[in-house]
Amino acid sequence: MRLYWIALAVAAVAAVFAPTVLYPVFLMKALCFALFACAFNLLLGYVGLLSFGHAAFFGFAAYATGHAAKVWGWNPEFAVLAGTAVATGLGLAFGALAIRRQGIYFAMITLALAQMVYFFSLQAPFTHGEDGIQAIPRGELFGLFDLRNTETMYFFVLAVFAGGLWLIWRTVHSPFGQVLKAIRENEQRAVSLGYKVDHYKLTAFVMSAALSGLAGSVKALVFQLASLTDVHWHTSGEVVLMTLLGGMGTVLGPVVGAFLVVTVQNYFATFGAWVTIIQGVIFVVVVLLFRRGIVGELNALWLRLRRRSVPAATTPPAAARPGVEPAAHEPPPRKRRVGEGS
Amino acid sequence: MFELIGIPPQALFGQLLLGLINGAFYAVLSLGLALIFGLLNIINFTHGAQYMMGAFVAWLMLRYAGIGYWPSLIVAPVVVAVVGIVIERLLLRRLYHLDHLYGLLLTFGLALIIEGTFRQIYGISGQPYAIPKELSGGYDLGFMFLPTYRAWVVLASLAACLGTWLLIEKTRLGAYLRAGTENATLVRAFGVNVPVMVTLTYGFGVALAAFAGVLAAPIYSVNPLMGSNLIIVVFAVVVIGGMGSILGSVITGYALGLIEGLTKVFYPEASSTVIFIIMAIVLLIKPAGLFGRAT
Repeated sequence: MRLYWIALAVAAVAAVFAPTVLYPVFLMKALCFALFACAFNLLLGYVGLLSFGHAAFFGFAAYATGHAAKVWGWNPEFAVLAGTAVATGLGLAFGALAIRRQGIYFAMITLALAQMVYFFSLQAPFTHGEDGIQAIPRGELFGLFDLRNTETMYFFVLAVFAGGLWLIWRTVHSPFGQVLKAIRENEQRAVSLGYKVDHYKLTAFVMSAALSGLAGSVKALVFQLASLTDVHWHTSGEVVLMTLLGGMGTVLGPVVGAFLVVTVQNYFATFGAWVTIIQGVIFVVVVLLFRRGIVGELNALWLRLRRRSVPAATTPPAAARPGVEPAAHEPPPRKRRVGEGS
Repeated sequence: MFELIGIPPQALFGQLLLGLINGAFYAVLSLGLALIFGLLNIINFTHGAQYMMGAFVAWLMLRYAGIGYWPSLIVAPVVVAVVGIVIERLLLRRLYHLDHLYGLLLTFGLALIIEGTFRQIYGISGQPYAIPKELSGGYDLGFMFLPTYRAWVVLASLAACLGTWLLIEKTRLGAYLRAGTENATLVRAFGVNVPVMVTLTYGFGVALAAFAGVLAAPIYSVNPLMGSNLIIVVFAVVVIGGMGSILGSVITGYALGLIEGLTKVFYPEASSTVIFIIMAIVLLIKPAGLFGRAT
């Protein structure tokens, strides 16, 4: 446990001094996508539901925030709240529809519903079509902090990110989170134990949508832009990639994945379609070679090393431990579910 | 000329024909998806990219080898199917023991690679593909003008759907396939080579997508992104129809194409979203889809 606190302290110090080393706008973008990916992971990694339409919550919240800040002249805190509220409402509607089906159908339904939001955004007058909402004013937070200052903006983004991450961490480690994991492992069993599985799924979906909306709202303030890119299915694919690459079902995995994917985007931005090709290759490689993602694999490695140094009697069997797959020679008990392994 | 509910009949029938053509593509594509899903339990996200590849192979053959439309109609699906079979053998095969969602993720990645590569080489502007001269021109039906090529597209897709249906319902191979969809292990125990059947099914589904791509080439310009938006609509079609029956996916495809065409006439703003709205309604009333079995 002490190790965790040390790591946390190091991370906090690194986060505070990072903008002196790295380009702040890049950091803010990465933090927004990291929060987005963590919110997405809450659904994929902990409930085992693969949504292919999370861009709808992210992008539409960005539009709502942009509209509230620019046209209605709201303060940034209220504009961000408005965006988050819109995403929550959207999440409630989409979630109620999507949880009626499972597995592959769930993915297709969320994708289709998100595409509907995309077409709506393309046509609705307030989104300004191809131009998007530009020059969104950042304003002054609580009337005190001037967000036009890049440094102040960075710390605002950092605070939102930390708050979101803390909320997700608390949720995952609460009794509610345990039920979610039970649903992921065996839905029928959870039903038979008397849990109202649909309620749990819907609550998780709405939470995930709301936090994705929060990330999108803050992103709209950072770039002062809300555009069609944010609601496109491509963004939905990117958040899946971030989570998969970093490690689904781990709290920190999506953060790592988001930083890596955003870095790739920045480096290859001028090389046309190469970003898409590289993202596709990462998808294929991760699915075929390391399905636990970077953080998941590191976790497994760490546990294996520790098990070797500690007497065998005190360690639980491998299959029961988090992040450890049963050894290859044992027959697998059943098909492994997505997100399993934490 | 008379008018129907305030709409000139040329506009009405013109849009209905466009809807029918869209429906033809929905039907062929969702048929391929349903076939692959039935046996492999994988949703083939690469389907849109393979449709695009079909159109591109036809275009490339015409441009660099002078091979015209008619041979392309056979050759392009075969070429794309071979690529698909390689993908199935090398990559998809490794995922059958895992959760089906990994198959979705893998094929999504493959779709990104294929589309990105074509975009990198050919850009996003469309390449024109001329209508073969046997099918140019059209008929004046009195109430509307019917371009020959469009009529051909509808007929060809109907023929493809009917052929597939006969193959699956009336032949021994189709019987094996249906049995394999029900219980692959048992079919294997009877001595049928299921892995080969799985490979061929994937190849056939992919070939259907490529066939639709060749049909589409003269209507829509051949461009790398032509498949990605279409495939999302086809997913909605599949959710509405349910993947339980072959006939079901064909009928749903055509019906939704027509509904989309009608929406273009009466309320154009909703024409791009109407299929998704229908999907939402179907999910509320009959979650398993119109022709689906509850799972």
